[in-house]
Amino acid sequence: MAAMLRSVGVASASFPLADHSNKLSTFSVCSLPVIRSERSPISDPIRGTRMTGKVITKAVAAQAENAASAASKPGHELLLFEALREGLEEEMDRDPRVCVMGEDVGHYGGSYKVTKGLADKYGDLRVLDTPIAENSFTGMAVGAAMTGLRPIVEGMNMGFLLLAFNQISDNCGMLHYTSGGQFTIPTVIRGPGGVGRQLGAEHSQRLESYFQSIPGIQMVACSTPYNAKGLMKAAIRSENPVVLFEHVLLYNLKERIPDEEYVLSLEEAEMVRPGEHVTILTYSRMRYHVMQAAKTLVNKGYDPEVIDIRSLKPFDLYTIGNSVKKTHRVIIVEECMRTGGIGASLTAAINENFHDYLDAPIVCLSSQDVPTPYAGTLEEWTVVQPAQIVAAVEQICQ
Amino acid sequence: MAQLTRRSVNLLKPFSASVFATRHLTTSDTTPITVETSLPFTGHKIEPPSRSVETTPKELLSFFRDMALMRRMEIAADSLYKAKLIRGFCHLYDGQEAVSVGMEAAITKKDCIITAYRDHCIFLGQGQWVLRGHGIVGAQVPLGCGLAFAQKYSKDENVTFAMYGDGAANQGQLFEALNMSALWDLPAILVCENNHYGMGTAEWRAAKSPAYYKRGDYAPGLKVDGMDALAVKQACKFAKEHALKNGPIILEMDTYRYHGHSMSDPGSTYRTRDEISGIRQERDPIERIKKLILSHDLATEKELKDYEKEVRKEVDEAIAKAKECALPDSSELFTNVYKKGFGVEILQSLGSDQSEPSDTQINNRELVVQNALSERSTPIDLAGGGSLARHQHVLPTATHRQQSCHVNRHQCPNNSRH
Repeated sequence: MAAMLRSVGVASASFPLADHSNKLSTFSVCSLPVIRSERSPISDPIRGTRMTGKVITKAVAAQAENAASAASKPGHELLLFEALREGLEEEMDRDPRVCVMGEDVGHYGGSYKVTKGLADKYGDLRVLDTPIAENSFTGMAVGAAMTGLRPIVEGMNMGFLLLAFNQISDNCGMLHYTSGGQFTIPTVIRGPGGVGRQLGAEHSQRLESYFQSIPGIQMVACSTPYNAKGLMKAAIRSENPVVLFEHVLLYNLKERIPDEEYVLSLEEAEMVRPGEHVTILTYSRMRYHVMQAAKTLVNKGYDPEVIDIRSLKPFDLYTIGNSVKKTHRVIIVEECMRTGGIGASLTAAINENFHDYLDAPIVCLSSQDVPTPYAGTLEEWTVVQPAQIVAAVEQICQ
Repeated sequence: MAQLTRRSVNLLKPFSASVFATRHLTTSDTTPITVETSLPFTGHKIEPPSRSVETTPKELLSFFRDMALMRRMEIAADSLYKAKLIRGFCHLYDGQEAVSVGMEAAITKKDCIITAYRDHCIFLGQGQWVLRGHGIVGAQVPLGCGLAFAQKYSKDENVTFAMYGDGAANQGQLFEALNMSALWDLPAILVCENNHYGMGTAEWRAAKSPAYYKRGDYAPGLKVDGMDALAVKQACKFAKEHALKNGPIILEMDTYRYHGHSMSDPGSTYRTRDEISGIRQERDPIERIKKLILSHDLATEKELKDYEKEVRKEVDEAIAKAKECALPDSSELFTNVYKKGFGVEILQSLGSDQSEPSDTQINNRELVVQNALSERSTPIDLAGGGSLARHQHVLPTATHRQQSCHVNRHQCPNNSRH
């Protein structure tokens, strides 16, 4: 699982900020270490990027640790929220322009502890406790980004960022375009979303489906400590606004991650389990439902290929396409609602690009089009369960 | 200050029909008592009401009863949450009971109250028009002003209390709603329950001006000791009169929550335990009413203690009943996504596309064909009962949607149209 690294030469350079009249003083930052997780940019026929390199499959190990062998293994073990914090801290160390703003991120340490300890280390201005005013502080982050800062906005729950929709859509997403390229908005907007344990409708939002149409932003969803840290770092380094979707229920996942520094690509999907019979595309929490179903499926003699798409905008159609060409059957498992979700867009994209390779219509398993109920039984019915995934695979493979 | 020495507690008057056990500690004695509020009111752009509050033994005892019940209920909710019987997030109100009972005493059942998520006790105290459960901070305030708008529209001489916290006071939508309410003289009373902390952030760290009663600027405001139920009652009465004549007013209730923001928050990382216990000793709302009751000889210490025991039993019985209740059936999943009726046949079961036409569409197909044949130039709308738009929804297309729909139906709970 070790990422591919090259040694980092640390050199100081002054980076002048974007070409516009109002400049802040230039900052000295280390030159970007040349660290890529795998390969070069993926191809996306729709969006027209060039195709180079090939897929290196990489299963994420999530094995039970044995105390005796733990010490001898490389890397260090931590929980997902700690991985996010590690990535954040490394980037804040590296670049003084990186700052965090959000509700209770500073003194309180973050409602999910992602920013715990950072305010003590970096001070109140770099880890800013905002009032409850999402629309405004997101707007402030955009303004700060326009003049060279690299703010990370935390939505205490992603659902609260609906209040900031205009700022995210019109300002974050569009300003680079509408300003003729004069301003870049290197913000990261992150926070926990998704369906939790009976948190109720307003706190179980899946904003990826609402944001996906906004031109100018990138969206990624992390699902393991390893990719959480790597995506956090990549998102911070990106010159474009990135929305990083975390999931309320995944913060306590434990994994061993490398000690060496690594950054993942924002546009890559992750091969979780190679297989032959069917391609299962998923992301975030549903990855775990899929893997649970995969266990059952393997026992029944199926060989599913599981890909965590990670990049929700744009889709990694290169990895996905290669998989479709191999298995000819696709099931998408997502937590978004059926109508207008990531799955809906992905289905369209695959149909348009790989129609000839499909032996069966794409199956998209999504959450029901209802406000997430508080009642536990109903909430379970709202979200895709492993049994449904198993049934879908059995049906598509007939 | 007049003091009554007559004991007038009727221990045996049962409470009106309810699921709860017989309530003691009631009286029908309505001899007026005048009490001074603990602190004077502070006004912003308005002459504050008098500190002397008219009350009665009946009212004081009912305050005690209701607050004891609220307190007990919240403590029970704490245990239930820890036992994982209450799930999600649980925001408790203990410490703030005076705001709820004081408000109830001042208004009628026709007045509206809307609040956010720290709402268990408001519901307990009030009548039919209590809207609660809003999870997005501040979003309920524009709704509250909308309720007031409807009240003005129907000229029904009622008011709306739109409640929010010191954390929500920094939401822009509040100021937008207040501006409109003031422009149009809506009977809206904005009540800031200032418990001094927005989750982990103290008021002075979130607000440049924590004088929330002044932040309405052009709208008058009143600062009230929110731990004093009688002061709350006086303020709400005053506010109601004002709002009906002159438009919006802001009430800032200076109150305190003993628990953390929610059960996920210990409540001790951003404030000291000394502060919490200090408030409990000096300003607890139930203790204050207790002292009044005892000093006016309306009940003995023992009677009050016995009543608290009764309340505990009452709450335990309610919990037992709640535990027995069945969880909703999976067939309820789509209930109330939409309201059934005109134009909603298509959307009722899956909330989105369907692969088979509804009965209405089958019946309307004739009409649609006829209309098409007659070459109407005006667009057919839903009101016409045979909309082309609706027909398009139903055209069968061999898309993935059909397939996913098909697969989902296997797994879906009962999705027959209801």
